[in-house]
Amino acid sequence: MANRPPNLSETAGGPRPTWGEPSRQLDDWLAIEPNGTVIIYSGKVELGTGVRTALAQIVAEELDVSLARIRMVMGETGRTPDEGYTAGSKTIETSGVTLRRAAATARAALLEMAASELGTEPDALIVQDGMVMLPGKPGRRVSYAGLIAGGRFEREISDVAPLKRPEEYRLVGTSAPRLDLPAKFTGQPAFVHDLRLPGMLHARLVRPPAPGAMLVSLDESAIRDARVVRLGDFVAVAAQREEVAIRAARDLRATWSEAPALPAMETLSETLRQAPATDRVVTESGDADAALQRAATRLSATYTTPFQAHASTGPSCAVATFDGETMTVWSATQGVYPLRGALADLLGMPLERVRVIHMEGAGGYGQNGADDVAADAALIARELRQPVRVQWSRADEFAWEPKTPAMVMALSGGLEANGAISGWQFDGWSPSHANRPRQAGGFVAGRLIGAPGPPPRGFFLGGDRNAPTDYTLPDQRVTLHWLASAPLRVSSMRSLGAFANVFANESFMDELASAAGADPLAFRLRYLDDPRARAVLEAAARRAGWGEPMPSGEGRGLAFARYENTEAYAATVAEVAVDTASGAVRVRRIVVAHDCGQIINPDGVHNQIEGNVIQSLSRALKEELRFTPAGITSLDWQTYSILTFSEIPVIEVELLDRPDQPPLGAGEPATVTTAPAVANAIYAACGARPRAIPFTPARVLAALEERNWW
Amino acid sequence: MAITITVNGRRHEVAATPETPLLYVLRNELGLSAPLYGCGLEQCGACTVLRGAEAVTTCMLPVAEVESAQITTLEGLIEDGELHPVQQAFLDEQAAQCGYCSNGMIMAVAALLWRTPHPTDEQIRAALDGNLCRCGSHARILRAVRRAETLMWGDEN
Repeated sequence: MANRPPNLSETAGGPRPTWGEPSRQLDDWLAIEPNGTVIIYSGKVELGTGVRTALAQIVAEELDVSLARIRMVMGETGRTPDEGYTAGSKTIETSGVTLRRAAATARAALLEMAASELGTEPDALIVQDGMVMLPGKPGRRVSYAGLIAGGRFEREISDVAPLKRPEEYRLVGTSAPRLDLPAKFTGQPAFVHDLRLPGMLHARLVRPPAPGAMLVSLDESAIRDARVVRLGDFVAVAAQREEVAIRAARDLRATWSEAPALPAMETLSETLRQAPATDRVVTESGDADAALQRAATRLSATYTTPFQAHASTGPSCAVATFDGETMTVWSATQGVYPLRGALADLLGMPLERVRVIHMEGAGGYGQNGADDVAADAALIARELRQPVRVQWSRADEFAWEPKTPAMVMALSGGLEANGAISGWQFDGWSPSHANRPRQAGGFVAGRLIGAPGPPPRGFFLGGDRNAPTDYTLPDQRVTLHWLASAPLRVSSMRSLGAFANVFANESFMDELASAAGADPLAFRLRYLDDPRARAVLEAAARRAGWGEPMPSGEGRGLAFARYENTEAYAATVAEVAVDTASGAVRVRRIVVAHDCGQIINPDGVHNQIEGNVIQSLSRALKEELRFTPAGITSLDWQTYSILTFSEIPVIEVELLDRPDQPPLGAGEPATVTTAPAVANAIYAACGARPRAIPFTPARVLAALEERNWW
Repeated sequence: MAITITVNGRRHEVAATPETPLLYVLRNELGLSAPLYGCGLEQCGACTVLRGAEAVTTCMLPVAEVESAQITTLEGLIEDGELHPVQQAFLDEQAAQCGYCSNGMIMAVAALLWRTPHPTDEQIRAALDGNLCRCGSHARILRAVRRAETLMWGDEN
C-alpha cells in the first residue's frame, strides 16, 4: 500500500492509537468546484516549511491545472484525511506521493468522462489548465468542472493510474512562490494567535515553579475584572481584556509545595550514565572487541549534548469554544487527529464531540507547547462556557515546552599501523524522544488536574537515530542505553537523537583521521561505498575549496551523514576563526551539498537547508537550557540566547537534483552535520577538540588547555 | 479621560488604561494582526511598529506614551494597494519560513532604509540584531534588505 501511516515508529506499541489510517477514497482528498477550483484535503499541516505550496504543486502538476486553481484545506478533524502527525520531514515523501496518485486517479477518471463525451479515446486528449481538448479541434473541449458537474468521483485512489514522467514536469521542480507568505508580509490574520471569536476571553496560566509542586493555597483578593479557574493544581485567569488577564496572572497569589529537586547541571552526564537504562545493540558486525584489541592505536572520547529548547519565537497559543455538546479547538498542533484523541481523554468526551482545527503557529521544529496550550484552552473553555484564547508567556514556553534531551555518547576506535580503522564502538545514553500526548496525562494540564502520567510506550524512539554511521566498518558495535526517564520533560525536536549522534560520530571520525595522519575527506571516502554519499561529500569539498590553505587561526572542517541512514544525504564544510585568547569561535562560511532525491520546489529546499544550518549552528555554538535543583532558569532570550544576525555566516548550498529518484525529506538532514563540521573546523584552526555542545568560549578555552597535537 | 492614538494615519479613541502596552491595544482594540506577542520583554522584535520613522517594540510601551506620535504598522505600509518596497523585497526573496518574525523584520528594515538609505553590511546586521528568527531565514532577510534598498533608492551605491 502506497499510503503508509505518516510515521510508523510513532504508532508502534502502547495503546492502539485512534489516528493515522487515512482514507483511500479519492473524494476524501480532492474535489472540483463548479468554478474550476480544485480543493485538496490534506491531513498534513503547514509548519512554516512550505508544504502547503509543495503539495499544491504536486497536485497541479499531475492534474494539469494551474497552481492558482488549487485551494488547500489542511489539518481539520472530520474534514481532512487522517494523516497522523506532520513530522520527521516526511510530508513530501508520504503525503506527497498519496496526493500525486490521487491527482493522477482524478485525471484518468476525468479523461475517461471526456473521451466518452467527445466521442474519442482518452489517449487522444490533451489537458490545459483543467480544460480537456481534442488537439486541432478547438471546438471539441470540455472542462474538468463541467465533467464532474459538482459530483463525486466515487472511486479509490489508484496505484496504477499513469503518472507523469519527470521530463514532462512544468511545475514540479520549479520554485513556485510560497502561497502563505503574502498574508504574513502584509499583516493579514495568519496565525492561531490572530483568531478572534465573538465574546472571546483572554486567558493566562499560573503554573507551579516546577513540575510536581502542588497548590497549597490561592489568594484571589487582588484580582479585579478577571475570573479564576482552578482544577486541582491547574490554575488560570481569564478576562475580557488581554492586559487584565496578564495582570491577574501576576497578582494571583499562589503558594506551592516544594517540587522534587532536579539533578545538578554540572554533573549531568555522569548522572545520565548512571541512571537506570535498558541496553539495546543497534547494530553489530564482526568483532569490535577483538579488532580494538589488536589495533596499533586506540582512541576513546566522550561527547555530550545538553537539554535544548524548541524556542519558538511565538509562545504557544490556542483558542477553544464549548457549546455544551462539542469542544472545538484551534491549534498549531502537528497532528489534529492525535490531539483530538488525547483531548477526548482529557475531557472525558467521545471523539466525535471533539473537533480540532489547525491554524499556524510560530515554527515549532517538533513538539513545543502547541498541544499543551490546546489542552489548557479546552479546560478553561469548558469551565467558563465562553470562547477562550490562551496565550503562553515567554517564560511558560521555556519552562513547560518539552525539551530535546541531554545525551552522552562514548566512542572507542582503533587504527592499524597502516592507518586503517580497526574496531568501532559506540555507546549512547538517551531517553526515548517519543512523548507526544495520547491521553490526559500526556499534557501539562492533564498532570495538573491529577491525571496519571502516561503509561510506558513499550518502545524507544529517536535516541538511536544515526547512532550507526554510514561507513562500511567491518568490526563495530553500536549500543544504546535507553534511559527509563529524563530529569526534564522531553519530546521530539528536529532530527531527534541524530543531532547528538552525528556530532559524536563525525567528530570521532575526525579524531581517528587525525590520529592516522590522514586527510579527513580522503579518510571518510575510504569507508563510503554509496555513490550518492560520495557525491555529496565530494561536492561540498569542491565547492568549499577543501585543501586550500587557510590563514593562521582559521580552519576548515567537514561532516557527512545520510539522515536516518536511509533518507537524504548531507555533507557540510565549515570555515571558522578561533580567538585563542578568548575562546570565541567565529563561523565564517558554511557549505552544504544535499541530495534529497527528486526536488519539488528548489527554493523551498534551499530555504529549509539554510534554516537547518542556522538553527543547528545556533544549537552548536550557544544553546544550553539551564536549570538548578529548584527548576529551569532559562526563561527568556537572555538566559537562552540564540544566533543573531551579527553571527550569521555566509551559507552556500549545492543541491544534487535526482528527478528519477523518490523525493526525501529536506527538513532535517542538514541539521545533523553542522555541529561536527564546526567542531572539526575548530580543531583544524587551533588544535582544540570541543566535545561538549555548545562550543562556548569557556569550553573552547578548556579544550585549548588540554589540546593534544597528534 | 480616554486616550487617543494615531495609527496608520487614523485617529482612534481607545478604552485601555494609560499603562496598557500598545501591543494589546493595536491587536485587540484596533483589530490589527501584524504586531505579534513574542516575549513581552523587548527582547525579540516580533511586536515592532514604527513610531514616526523609528522602529519600536510595543510589548512594554505604555499606550499613553504614544498619544502624540504617528504609529505605523505593517498593514499601514501598504499605500493605495501597493506593497511597500520592503514588503515586495521580502516576497521577491521569499524571506521567511514560518513568518512569525516577518512583521518585526520588515518594520526594522523599513526604519533602517529610511534612516540609512545605503547601509553597510555591519549596519544592517546591527539594525536587525534585536529581531530574533528561530527558523533561520537570516540569509534571505539580508538579501531582501539589499533588494529593498535597490527598489527604494535605485542602484546608486
